[in-house]
Amino acid sequence: MTNISEQEISRRTRRSFITGGIAALAGLGTWEWIRTGTAEDGIQAPLRRAEQLDDVFSRALFSETRLAKTFDASEIGEAQLNGDEGLDGEPDADWKLMVDDASALSLEQIKALPKFEQITQFKCIEGWNYIMKWGGARFSDFAAAHGPSGAMQKSWVGIETPDGGYYVGLERASAMHPQTLLAYEMNGQSLTNEHGAPLRLIIPVKYGIKNLKRIGKITFSDTRLKDYWAENGYDYDSGF
Amino acid sequence: MKQIEPKHPAAIRWFHWINFPLLTIMIWSGLLIYWANDVYKVGWGDTTVFHFFPQSFYDAFSINSRLAEGMAWHFLFMWLFAINGVCYVLFTLISGEWRSLVPNRSTLREAIQVVLHDLGLSKNRLPRQKFNGAQKIAYSSIIVMGLGSLITGLAIWKSVQFGWLTAMLGGYAAARVEHFLLTLGYVGFFVVHISQVIRAGWNHFRAMVTGFEVIEASNDEHK
Repeated sequence: MTNISEQEISRRTRRSFITGGIAALAGLGTWEWIRTGTAEDGIQAPLRRAEQLDDVFSRALFSETRLAKTFDASEIGEAQLNGDEGLDGEPDADWKLMVDDASALSLEQIKALPKFEQITQFKCIEGWNYIMKWGGARFSDFAAAHGPSGAMQKSWVGIETPDGGYYVGLERASAMHPQTLLAYEMNGQSLTNEHGAPLRLIIPVKYGIKNLKRIGKITFSDTRLKDYWAENGYDYDSGF
Repeated sequence: MKQIEPKHPAAIRWFHWINFPLLTIMIWSGLLIYWANDVYKVGWGDTTVFHFFPQSFYDAFSINSRLAEGMAWHFLFMWLFAINGVCYVLFTLISGEWRSLVPNRSTLREAIQVVLHDLGLSKNRLPRQKFNGAQKIAYSSIIVMGLGSLITGLAIWKSVQFGWLTAMLGGYAAARVEHFLLTLGYVGFFVVHISQVIRAGWNHFRAMVTGFEVIEASNDEHK
């Protein structure tokens, strides 16, 4: 303990509060800089940078051998719906799956691939989830059988609806994950239109926004492909 | 003549004051996210005593329809919140400050005395010490809660890569509830903390900014 004059106490107190005030202003300035940043694909540029850095982390962390939890048939719940971008009207009667604009596959060709069934949790980015059984072909099997040469090595995969109204981009590792399905069955039945007939993506390592319904076209690329919700402020990776 | 006594090290003061806006931003951005699926309530069956949150609350704080923005803020400031928290814990361990913070055998008894005293149920003077029993419990709990927020948050954000952690917490939906409850805990802590700071007065508050506490030289306590 030190003896000290009233004056000295005031001086030290003032100095500390001024330092604190400057720090607080610096913090407020940073906040304002982020908050008022120019929008880049629907989100302030500094936040977009942060999302991109998080994506570097997400990709480094991701392992194709880690599986999403699977559930018992008794845990299957009610499928929920959200969003109908790219789903105007009915799917074409002569629906074909376009691959890189080069080939067109029939649903029978997808069904001819080994069929997998899995009961996984569908997680919406809004926060809700449901457990559902999905049946279909593994995306990796499809890519190996029907992808263009070198498809398995391409860094990015793009999937879009027949009308191009909705589209998602995926990095190779998530697309080739063993639980990523080109699904044509939900709960043992053929997909209904509202759940993405005739063929949809089920990718349990990503939020629902990446689980595109009514696939029209699949593209393989060396460069990152466009993503509907990433153009509207959301994180591109959006993976678990 | 007065005397001053060093109380809070500069590092602890910085960590404390930096944490305040960081946690505020985490709670605010968390609300932007929660809005998108605001299903929690206090109640049973179809009876709702309180719904998190009334529309008037969302309107008052402009919470509506800002999910993407909320996630972006949350996933940027989580790193800063985590780094600041880890630095704080490391500092208290290395400097030995943890000794005045971590509860010990007499803490619970002290804490009960403090609560009785503060509620006006006991006239006994409290022993003079850096942190009383109630403070030790509160300040240690809040650190454990911070760790809890990081763990439950990681289990939600990376529920496949850290699937074992998500499973340990009772699953994805459970981890979300836990994450939310911890946030309610911070709000509760804040209310008590602020009222105690007001009760304790200017000298104590100033110590958290300047680091020193002023002691009247003629104070009987110190004769």
